[in-house]
Amino acid sequence: MGTAGSRTVDVVVVGAGHAGLAMSHALGRCGIDHVVLERGEAAHSWRTERWDSMRLLTPNWMTRLPGCRYEGGDPDGFMHASDVAAFIAAYARLVAAPLRTHTTVTDVRAVDNGYRVTTDRGVWRCRALVLANGAFGKPVVPRLAENMPPDVDQLSSQTYRNPAQLRDGGVLIVGASATGVQLAQEIQRSGRSVTLAAGEHVRLPRVYRGRDIQWWMHASGVLDQRIEDVDGPERARRVPSPQLIGTPERATLDLNALRAQGVEVVGRLAGIRDGRAQFSGSLRNVCALADLKMDRLLDFLDEWAQRSGLDDAVGQRQRYAPTDVGTTPRLGLALGEEIRSVIWATGLRPDYAWLHVPVFGRDGTLQHDRGVVAPGLYALGLPYLRRRKSSFIHGAEDDVSELAAHLTAHLERKGRQPLAAALTA
Amino acid sequence: MTQQTKSAAADNGVNVTALLGAREALTATPEAARFRWRASSEWQHGTHNRASVDGFFGLGGEQKHRQSFQFDTDHPEIFASEDHGATPVEMVLVGLAGCLSAGVAAVAQNRNIQLRSVKATLEAGMDLRGILGIDANVRNGFDGIKVHYEIDADASAADIAALVAQSQKRSAVFDIVTNPTDVTVTTRKA
Repeated sequence: MGTAGSRTVDVVVVGAGHAGLAMSHALGRCGIDHVVLERGEAAHSWRTERWDSMRLLTPNWMTRLPGCRYEGGDPDGFMHASDVAAFIAAYARLVAAPLRTHTTVTDVRAVDNGYRVTTDRGVWRCRALVLANGAFGKPVVPRLAENMPPDVDQLSSQTYRNPAQLRDGGVLIVGASATGVQLAQEIQRSGRSVTLAAGEHVRLPRVYRGRDIQWWMHASGVLDQRIEDVDGPERARRVPSPQLIGTPERATLDLNALRAQGVEVVGRLAGIRDGRAQFSGSLRNVCALADLKMDRLLDFLDEWAQRSGLDDAVGQRQRYAPTDVGTTPRLGLALGEEIRSVIWATGLRPDYAWLHVPVFGRDGTLQHDRGVVAPGLYALGLPYLRRRKSSFIHGAEDDVSELAAHLTAHLERKGRQPLAAALTA
Repeated sequence: MTQQTKSAAADNGVNVTALLGAREALTATPEAARFRWRASSEWQHGTHNRASVDGFFGLGGEQKHRQSFQFDTDHPEIFASEDHGATPVEMVLVGLAGCLSAGVAAVAQNRNIQLRSVKATLEAGMDLRGILGIDANVRNGFDGIKVHYEIDADASAADIAALVAQSQKRSAVFDIVTNPTDVTVTTRKA
């Protein structure tokens, strides 16, 4: 495997989503020679891996990238996935990112003085590499899926598009994060009866005291909280997305709202045995945990509003009815008869199958210190990478600015001469 | 004043430093985290049975309790038994109470909340038509368990509720009774 035929560049960025493009913008401003490798077009996953009705969980006014913000006429609205794709594609043009589209990375290895990046369109050698291929590359499906009867259709949040895709009959949605609750509502409304299996989850009102909950999180500094100030950073990075949906009505979509619409809420899917799904008896406690956690957040926001003299600028303090799980949550369901389709809304993880560098922990997750993975190797856009907002679109700006500075210093330590010269030196 | 009492270190008799140290150590050496719990039992007479708990495996080796513990189980007289001990189903409630209350104490210690009293009452419903084979639609076991805690502690009602919720989240027995467990029973003619 020599280096014959490979091109050299100071930095390779993998992925032309919002994070990779923001990094490209920062590198460009420092005059650092780089390319952005993209398996499709910019914002590929927003075009191809989202269900039809999917919208951002954050209002439009929050959607901004370095040097670019939302300028449409609906600042309080929520962008549809296709609008997000258009926003990111426009950003790629605005920052004149050196994109190599339709270029899929197939292998990355550490070599002297940097990394060798193999793609389906040739090999790159670089001194620094930025992993910006997204936090949500592959669905996490629990092992117990192996026991699913074969006559039950299985989809994930990546392959689900709309209710018409599903056979008639009952639908079991596993997971009650933003994805699970949104699909539960949409599919129940299509006339299919939906059972939603809920483990630990994050409950939030869409609007609190007259303001969007994301306004509260943003304005009070919650979204700026740094990972080094968090108790149990590993846990913080695994917290599921909150039960939110972006709709014109700004409606709250918690378990109470879903039950009122006819969705049956059951405990975490704990097993599949003899064609039956078994649900945990822990539903009451996971709901109590979510209710308590929401109340602690609202207490914090109320205190912040008072401290900041905002009590008169926002509405009255509110508290919400505890989650009602009914008298006897169901503990089992016949798969096949009662349930024709199962949708795994059990989370997504980044896909680094092509990264052959020893940077993974025992559980296979990427090990990094606030985005610094190894000398010259960086990650972007992951949940709570550096701050609570790190996986948000607007969260890229601060992370990119700090990691670009780290990357620049790394290149300078190694000498600013081009890679080819460094290799022959 | 509440601020002052809070600043004093709570002491619930739980060595949280050791627990946190164990968590750190076992993160690094997952093999040592694999425990095996054991009990043995011998039938006495009628529905009376005597179980013993003595040793267990953990931290990579055989371990012993400070002493061997015995537990008698039996059925009550209304079942035409001699009532030499709690019923096995009551032992399940005993285990759940022990696990949840130990968890409450540990979580309170970790959150620096001084406990003064922690009292639990547990009740489980059971329809005997299940074990008697009268109705195949009735399960043998509990149709539900209700646990109620009365807790006196230096904390708000919400913080006390959070202790109990966190204890359930981390409880082994709560997990055992709320989730399916694969059970293998083997037999040999002695």
